[in-house]
Amino acid sequence: MSVAPVELDQPKSSEDTIPAKPWVAIVWNDPVNLMSYVTYVFQQVFGYSRKKAERLMMDVHHKGKAVVAAGAREEMERDVEILHGYGLWATVRQDS
Amino acid sequence: MAGSGFRGVRGGGATARFAPAEAILLRNLVGQVAELVGGESLAEDRPPGHQPEGGEPPGAEDSPGASGRPPAGGEAIVTDSSQLEAMFALSDSATPPDDPALARLLPDAYPDDPAAAGEFRRYTESGLRSGKVAAARTVLDTLPEDGGRVRLSADQAQAWLRSLNDIRLALGVRLEVTEDRDAMLERASQGGSQAAGLWIYDWLTLLQETLVEALW
Repeated sequence: MSVAPVELDQPKSSEDTIPAKPWVAIVWNDPVNLMSYVTYVFQQVFGYSRKKAERLMMDVHHKGKAVVAAGAREEMERDVEILHGYGLWATVRQDS
Repeated sequence: MAGSGFRGVRGGGATARFAPAEAILLRNLVGQVAELVGGESLAEDRPPGHQPEGGEPPGAEDSPGASGRPPAGGEAIVTDSSQLEAMFALSDSATPPDDPALARLLPDAYPDDPAAAGEFRRYTESGLRSGKVAAARTVLDTLPEDGGRVRLSADQAQAWLRSLNDIRLALGVRLEVTEDRDAMLERASQGGSQAAGLWIYDWLTLLQETLVEALW
């Protein structure tokens, strides 16, 4: 027979609404990739408008990196894999 | 540059004109990237019936023992030790490549987590490599050896775009390029062993820029 723990776990509510922390795909600045090319790739891969893609590209360019997508880990890995195919330097991270 | 680079065509493709020297150079560079990424020489692939200059059928006479070179031809038997080493290196796909140019083409997805990075690499690296080799092959298939007018479909133009980018990434590592074009051209104009590479890199940059503009 097991002994009941001193500290009982709090029972989970039937509607556990705390979402898992989202994962993000990050694109990093590098000296080779053209601004035009990065913008074009964002449009192609994510379907962003040219304006939004340009904004993201500028973030990468000026801030050194930018979050380009968020969601489930598997989705982010797939996005990063596609971005690697285009030669962008992209990584996956769990958002905090 | 012989032509002024790419312009778009109806249907989503692109067209450009290449001088013979440009075609030779670009075919060589694309072949080098394919070799770097795929561990195989695309230059060895010839369409059936193709005769290299001199009229010798590919592969027939040379044996590796006699001349030290591997036999040429579409079905090259791998007897060259460096090719074998490259093949074995491909199987160790959980760790990032030692070669920094190759590492830039096959980057880590989790730079702070080697285990996750290794897992990701195991799943994705071979697909990434073969995609880059396929893009390089498309360039070779659509760029005549003596240059001239190149007409690309939308899909072929996409392959060229990625392939040009791969060449620049690899060259960029080798030449330690920066975002400062003026500084690089200054460096090139001073001569030295990297000058030719820097001029070529600049030419490729302009070429890729025209292709993005053509496709936009």
